[in-house]
Amino acid sequence: MTQALDEIKIGGLGARRKRVEDHRFIRGKGNYTDDITLPGMLHMEILRSPLAHARIKSIDASRAWQIPGVHLVLTGEMMATRNLAWMPTLSYDTQAVLATDKVRFQGQEVACVIADDPYIAKDACEAIDVDYEPLPVIVNPTQAQAEGAPVIRDDKENQADNVIYDWEVGDAAGTDRAFGQADVISRLQLHYPRSHPSPIECCGSIADFNRATEKLTVYMTTQAPHIIRAAVALVAELPEHMIRIISPDIGGGFGNKVPVYPGYVCSILASILLERPVKWIEDKSGNLISTHYARDVYLDGEMALRRDGKILGVRMRCAADHGAFFSDAQPSKFKIGLLHSAFAAYDIPVAHLTTRGTYSNKAPGGVAYRCSFRVTEAMFFQERMMQAAADDLGLDQAAFRRMNFVRDEDFPHRTPFGFLLDSGQYRKCLDVGLRAVGYDDFRQQQEEARKRGRLLGIGISTMTEPLGAGNSREYDILGIKMFDSADLKVHMTGKAIVRTGAKTQGQGHETTWAQIVSHELGIPAEDIVVEEGDTDTAPFGMGTYASRSTPVAGAAVAMVSRKIRAKARRLAAHLLEVSEEDVEWELGRFYVRSAPERGVTIQECAMAAYSNMPDGMEPGLENTAYYDPPNLTWPFACYIVTVEVDPATGVWDVLNTVAVDDCGVRINPMIVEGQIMGGLTEAYAMANMQFITFDAEGNCVGANYMDYLLPTSWETPGFELHSEVVTPCPHHPIGAKGIGECAAVGGPAAFVNAVMDALSGSGVRNIDMPLLPDRVWEAITYGRDISGAPPVRSDD
Amino acid sequence: MTIVYDDRDGETSDVPVRRIRFTINGAKKVAEVEPRLLLSHLIRRGVGLTGTHMGCDTTNCGACTVLVKRAGEAGEGQAVKSCTMLAVQADGREITTVEGLATASELHPLQEGFSDEHGLQCGFCTPGMMMAAKALLDRNPDPTEEDVRWALSGNLCRCTGYQNIVKSVLWAADKLRSQSAG
Repeated sequence: MTQALDEIKIGGLGARRKRVEDHRFIRGKGNYTDDITLPGMLHMEILRSPLAHARIKSIDASRAWQIPGVHLVLTGEMMATRNLAWMPTLSYDTQAVLATDKVRFQGQEVACVIADDPYIAKDACEAIDVDYEPLPVIVNPTQAQAEGAPVIRDDKENQADNVIYDWEVGDAAGTDRAFGQADVISRLQLHYPRSHPSPIECCGSIADFNRATEKLTVYMTTQAPHIIRAAVALVAELPEHMIRIISPDIGGGFGNKVPVYPGYVCSILASILLERPVKWIEDKSGNLISTHYARDVYLDGEMALRRDGKILGVRMRCAADHGAFFSDAQPSKFKIGLLHSAFAAYDIPVAHLTTRGTYSNKAPGGVAYRCSFRVTEAMFFQERMMQAAADDLGLDQAAFRRMNFVRDEDFPHRTPFGFLLDSGQYRKCLDVGLRAVGYDDFRQQQEEARKRGRLLGIGISTMTEPLGAGNSREYDILGIKMFDSADLKVHMTGKAIVRTGAKTQGQGHETTWAQIVSHELGIPAEDIVVEEGDTDTAPFGMGTYASRSTPVAGAAVAMVSRKIRAKARRLAAHLLEVSEEDVEWELGRFYVRSAPERGVTIQECAMAAYSNMPDGMEPGLENTAYYDPPNLTWPFACYIVTVEVDPATGVWDVLNTVAVDDCGVRINPMIVEGQIMGGLTEAYAMANMQFITFDAEGNCVGANYMDYLLPTSWETPGFELHSEVVTPCPHHPIGAKGIGECAAVGGPAAFVNAVMDALSGSGVRNIDMPLLPDRVWEAITYGRDISGAPPVRSDD
Repeated sequence: MTIVYDDRDGETSDVPVRRIRFTINGAKKVAEVEPRLLLSHLIRRGVGLTGTHMGCDTTNCGACTVLVKRAGEAGEGQAVKSCTMLAVQADGREITTVEGLATASELHPLQEGFSDEHGLQCGFCTPGMMMAAKALLDRNPDPTEEDVRWALSGNLCRCTGYQNIVKSVLWAADKLRSQSAG
């Protein structure tokens, strides 16, 4: 009898398999968009508006046309003649491609130049004269709704003000009743500042229209190539089969590379007009001031509490600043994403949320930055509110959370906003975290340190979040249902290629998808190649964002493997000359139930599929699966941070960061840990330094890496990760849940709560992020809250 | 770089060019360059070595880090962000890029370390990280974690959270020391 395969050795489920994509990246042989050069390729640069709100009186590009090497200057007027001056957004609004009437934010695209060389194109942009008439500027929701405020979107019929939508969810009357019965009502107001995902690689595209074949090929930095193909087909009115989108290696996405940007559209039009490849590579400043931002919401909430700590109800009001165009990339039914996933981890009978979205003279967006559609704002508010409520009740932070958790035995659990939670062990995760950080000891140290004037603090953040949209009943983008897909071709020698509708940007799909196939079929992972990002070869899918790859595309990989295994079983029965019912499966091998020594490997079945199939069987061993998940996946996380705050300077240092993530079954633990550490770093960044703000004139402060602070290896703390708690997802084929963004979603509150805990007793209830030293110092010194975005110094 | 322009009534570009000579990954090169051309663009577009990435254009992110050595200088030179140096300033210098790390048959221990310790995700910052780390290990073969964190603080990574990058560099330092001891 043959020896059973060792799944870890063949790189299957649970193996800490080294990444196959690393082979090219460590040699400098990655293939990012800017690395691609096509014969006859031209270069495009964009001229951006220096003003946040202004009427365009005239554009004179005549000097630009005179510069040798310039092939084309595109303006809004020229785009308008082709009906391309405006394009639809992913949230049923419109966005200017190149400005015609007005500019509505600083950095908005006004014109672009296509030239032989990028330096020439940049020179020519400088030679374009634009005459602007400045208009009053709006930079926040209060100004947007003030009486007499200028109407930013005067291009839209029936848009008399700056309000985009009003949206509500939950039970208003029931929530009112709960508040009527409360012993204590706790309230918290906060601002989640505007941030930018800021992958190190900026956006870019190379459009290559071939007049002879009528085919348009676009290499571009997109996390969702099939959505782009659909958008190009609909916006540019090109036939979909003549559009090929190729997303090569991507230098980080984090949600920033989901939307359709004007630069893509302009490069495509330029290539069609010039019949040559046109490359557009954005610079960092352009990326930071014009591409999709995240967050920028004001949250005001109340919690109805019983004296013993039981939460009776929650009420939330949200004001969202969407910038100049409502172009959030999010499921269409939910105007403010999944903000109503707030408080899902807690057993709360009733809740109500209202939201108003407004325009401002800021860059458009509202992208899901390492986030499942506004879940980051939801969980930050939730965990800040939990801390405030525990303080108001005089209860211990950990005990208050524990008593309100949804209990293990209560799944499935319907949240007051309608989500269905299916699994979790919340108390166990909290216990692991508390033990790891030494909670009781730390509380003692904290008390003793206080006596010596030292401020220690501990912050807890516990949350479950909805990852992996769809299902298709509730989740769609512009009507396209949020399922995903996988295509598996097993060659005759038992080697294989798998393609999905997702698109890796560092998450390691080339490594992990092979591990899923290996788990299902017993083919060694090294015998399986993974390919994504080419719409001519990959099956249709919605792309990678919102931690949906493993929950949806990963599930499709498992399902298509099972289809292959079903056919291989028939081939095995044929080869073994028994009936299919008499064939048993073990990893990598079928055998005869009554004679286990008689068997055939999956590789022998593959060969038979091409050389020795039974009469009447369709040859080959290839298949495709489309997977529509029955529900979202609900990972749980407990993050605990300890800090010391220097009262003299407001500087705070992280002493310890403990992360307990229950993301179900881990395909490749090494990659999962990498995702968690990356997320924790972004959490630390948002709590500490990373924000984009605007002055009163709408100038973006954060337009480069000198103003937009990202943590380096020097500031970033070390992390202690725990994987003891594993609650498999009950509906995912291999029991996995999403993980890519959990730490970025749940982490910020742990850092902020730790600093606020260090300040407990000082009368300070809230410091809005970022917790810059001067803000913390001001709060300590004057005993007052610090609210809103940091003010910008003005010359006035 | 040489550019062929459309001939529009005899009009020509008045951008001056300078001839420079430099060595890159051991190969000697001559180039005619505009004085304003960035070294990073010379490496990427001129020489065609695309492993040196452009992240920010403002000398902050470090994705374009290469080693630059003056004539007669020991070792492989200093870590330089190549977007902050003009190509003409590289005249007479020796440049090492990520493509020069490995030999035909063997990876550099830094490359092995980054793969072994999962020190990269999207891979965009990785070449710059490895070159900055190489400059560190050239001058300090036995760095502490703090030394590594300080030496890499001019290089931004958005994916990893740095912890595994630091481990990767320490892994490489260990291997290099055991190689030189052996």
